[in-house]
Amino acid sequence: MASTSAVTGADQIFILLRDWLVHLLPSALRPAASVVLGAIAIVAVFPGLFALTTVFERKGLGRMQNRLGPNRVGPYGFFQPIADGIKALTKEDVVPFRADAMVHFLAPLVLLVTVFMGFAVLPVGRNMQLVDMDSGLLFFFAMGAATELSVFMAGWSSRNKYSMLGAMRAVAQMISYEVALLLSSVTVVMIAGSLSLTEIVDAQNQYTGIFPHWYIFTPWGLASFLMFSIAATAETNRSPFDLPEGESEIVAGYHTEYSGFKFAIFFVAEYLAMFALSGMGATLFLGGWSAPLKFLGFIPSWIWFFLKVMCAIFIFIWMRGTLPRLRQDQLMNFAWKFALPFTLLNLLVTALWRFMGAGWLRWVVCAAILAGAYVFMGRMGMHRKHIGPRSYRYAE
Amino acid sequence: MHVVFFLIAALTLGGALAAVLLKNTVHCALAVTLAFLGHALLFLRLDAQFAGFAQILIYIGAVAILVVFAILLTRGSEAPASGIFSKTWLLGLLIAAAVFAVLGWSIIESARALAVDSAAPQVTVHDIGVALVGRYVLPLEIVALLLTAATIGAVIVALHEKERPR
Amino acid sequence: MLGEGIIKGMLETAKNFAGSFVSEDRLTTVEYPEQRIPTAENARVFPFLVYDGSDWEAGMRCVACQICEKECPPKCIYIEKSKDKKPDFAGKMQIYPTRFDIDISVCMSCQICVEVCPFEAIKMDTQFELATDDRFGGLLLDRRELSKSNEYYHSIHPTEAAEVDARLAEEKRAAEAKAKAAAVAAAQKAAADAAAKAAAPKIETPAPKPPDAGGQ
Repeated sequence: MASTSAVTGADQIFILLRDWLVHLLPSALRPAASVVLGAIAIVAVFPGLFALTTVFERKGLGRMQNRLGPNRVGPYGFFQPIADGIKALTKEDVVPFRADAMVHFLAPLVLLVTVFMGFAVLPVGRNMQLVDMDSGLLFFFAMGAATELSVFMAGWSSRNKYSMLGAMRAVAQMISYEVALLLSSVTVVMIAGSLSLTEIVDAQNQYTGIFPHWYIFTPWGLASFLMFSIAATAETNRSPFDLPEGESEIVAGYHTEYSGFKFAIFFVAEYLAMFALSGMGATLFLGGWSAPLKFLGFIPSWIWFFLKVMCAIFIFIWMRGTLPRLRQDQLMNFAWKFALPFTLLNLLVTALWRFMGAGWLRWVVCAAILAGAYVFMGRMGMHRKHIGPRSYRYAE
Repeated sequence: MHVVFFLIAALTLGGALAAVLLKNTVHCALAVTLAFLGHALLFLRLDAQFAGFAQILIYIGAVAILVVFAILLTRGSEAPASGIFSKTWLLGLLIAAAVFAVLGWSIIESARALAVDSAAPQVTVHDIGVALVGRYVLPLEIVALLLTAATIGAVIVALHEKERPR
Repeated sequence: MLGEGIIKGMLETAKNFAGSFVSEDRLTTVEYPEQRIPTAENARVFPFLVYDGSDWEAGMRCVACQICEKECPPKCIYIEKSKDKKPDFAGKMQIYPTRFDIDISVCMSCQICVEVCPFEAIKMDTQFELATDDRFGGLLLDRRELSKSNEYYHSIHPTEAAEVDARLAEEKRAAEAKAKAAAVAAAQKAAADAAAKAAAPKIETPAPKPPDAGGQ
């Protein structure tokens, strides 16, 4: 029994810490103080993680390209983000003369605020959730949808054709992939029967033998997870869907005209969105903070959550190091001709799974339908596509 | 607590007024977004989480973007030389006033019809879900069919691709 | 199947990622200040002035002919001629530059000055670490800073320097031979003149001057 309490102690250490801190205050202030502390934790932890991620990303990308990556500032280059931060803070903040100053100023703020709001409902550990909302999932996606507007504001207010193009691309892309993102999350809601993220995690935090009931280990869950990952990559404007930022064609897109700390805010917001969506993906499909094997449950829940998030981030970086940027028509074709029909079909399959009852039959049927659809739609997509050396009409 | 309501009301009305009066069309679109946000906050203040978040998701995330896109794809955001008011502004004002009068009248009437002290019902997302697939299943299905048809239609429009020599 | 290529690509980068930790020779990075790749022999950065011997001022090959100054496309060279003369490598008296400035912020490393110089006095350096916090003065090199010994020239461009030395030695020998021949001729002429004067005093015709020794 003593060991169990020690485990919960390590698991709940932040909760206990918060409660202890809150109890130092007069009781009238306690509820507010508890929320403020939670918010401070989010605002401190995730940007810290961001700083760490930038180093890992640059070093990892370097290794993938047989380079060393940054290794000058501090041991193994780990103080690089501090140097970058100082640089961003001390740089001149240039606002274009013809820019719409008000909107130009508001855009990064709106972006950062909405991105941070998304973290409010993420359960980062057992009982570690800032607000346990009845419709947490909806809240998360509502905040995600609001970021699009700030991207548009940034691009439009700069009065720069590249910013404008970047913003148009970003908005078109985010709207297209939001459909796939939402529809793939809806499958989880259908099975868990709740929009509350706590309940979604609880539904997955069960074990058969030592194996967990994560949704990714079901046919529909795997399909949803793949679609969710692709849509999340597009939603966060990460490579290979980084058309809105395409340095080589539209010079960083909607944040071309931002410098100094405003640019840093865009940069932070992009990574925070990545964390938020990774965390959401982990919560929906990878069991949130639950341990991957039953006997590993003694490791604190928040460690599992952040481990899962960092794995997702590594895959983001890996994809960035591998895949070339798509073309706009390829991007849109994929969203509307593959992702949308496939997620719609997946909704049907999920309903089938829901009503076929327990047993091995539903596994076979659902897996067969999804695999067949995947292969068939892949064939359809590749149909009439001439893969091979490109021929040119005018330039020979 | 009335202070919060008046702040939200001021935000909503200010956004709506700005949407009508500002010269730059994109500014108008952004102002209307502010009004949408005010609505969402009002819903949230009434403990209607689902409606509030749906408002943000749909109106700010989709409708506002659609408006902005429409502005950008059609013409510039600068105000036309003829001024921001159309010639038929008087008629528009009359219609708006009539709609407002009807709405106001119905709200006042409903306040009289309902018991004043009836407690606000605790509506959870679960209840909304049950109501949607129970009592309102037919409208829901009709809407779902319509939307699915529209989506499939959009996909079909996109699928049609002319064979071009490469 | 759809997604096959993505998996192949991901495996490739994963191989690179893991391989870069295992085999060091995969890494192409040269960690510059500590590790350096030796510069190629024909590398060139900015021009410098060659001097012979140990004293840079006395041994300077430049004769302030200003050809390089005139040929320089971006006009980054500035030369002031001296009033007096000093002996050059062949011993002939030549004027020399009292000022020879190159603004390396303007120089475009085209090597035209080197190609036009008839005196092998200006050559291309391989020194590239010229960063300075003085934006104007620090990048304007005067003749002291530009002067490098012939030994240095040999150390950076050995083949080219050997050719130049051979050529100069040949010229020097030719010049000396010519001077000797001229001296002999002058002596003979003087003797002949003396004989002629002694024989029949006439109107003296001036003897043809020997061509400049050392000049090309």
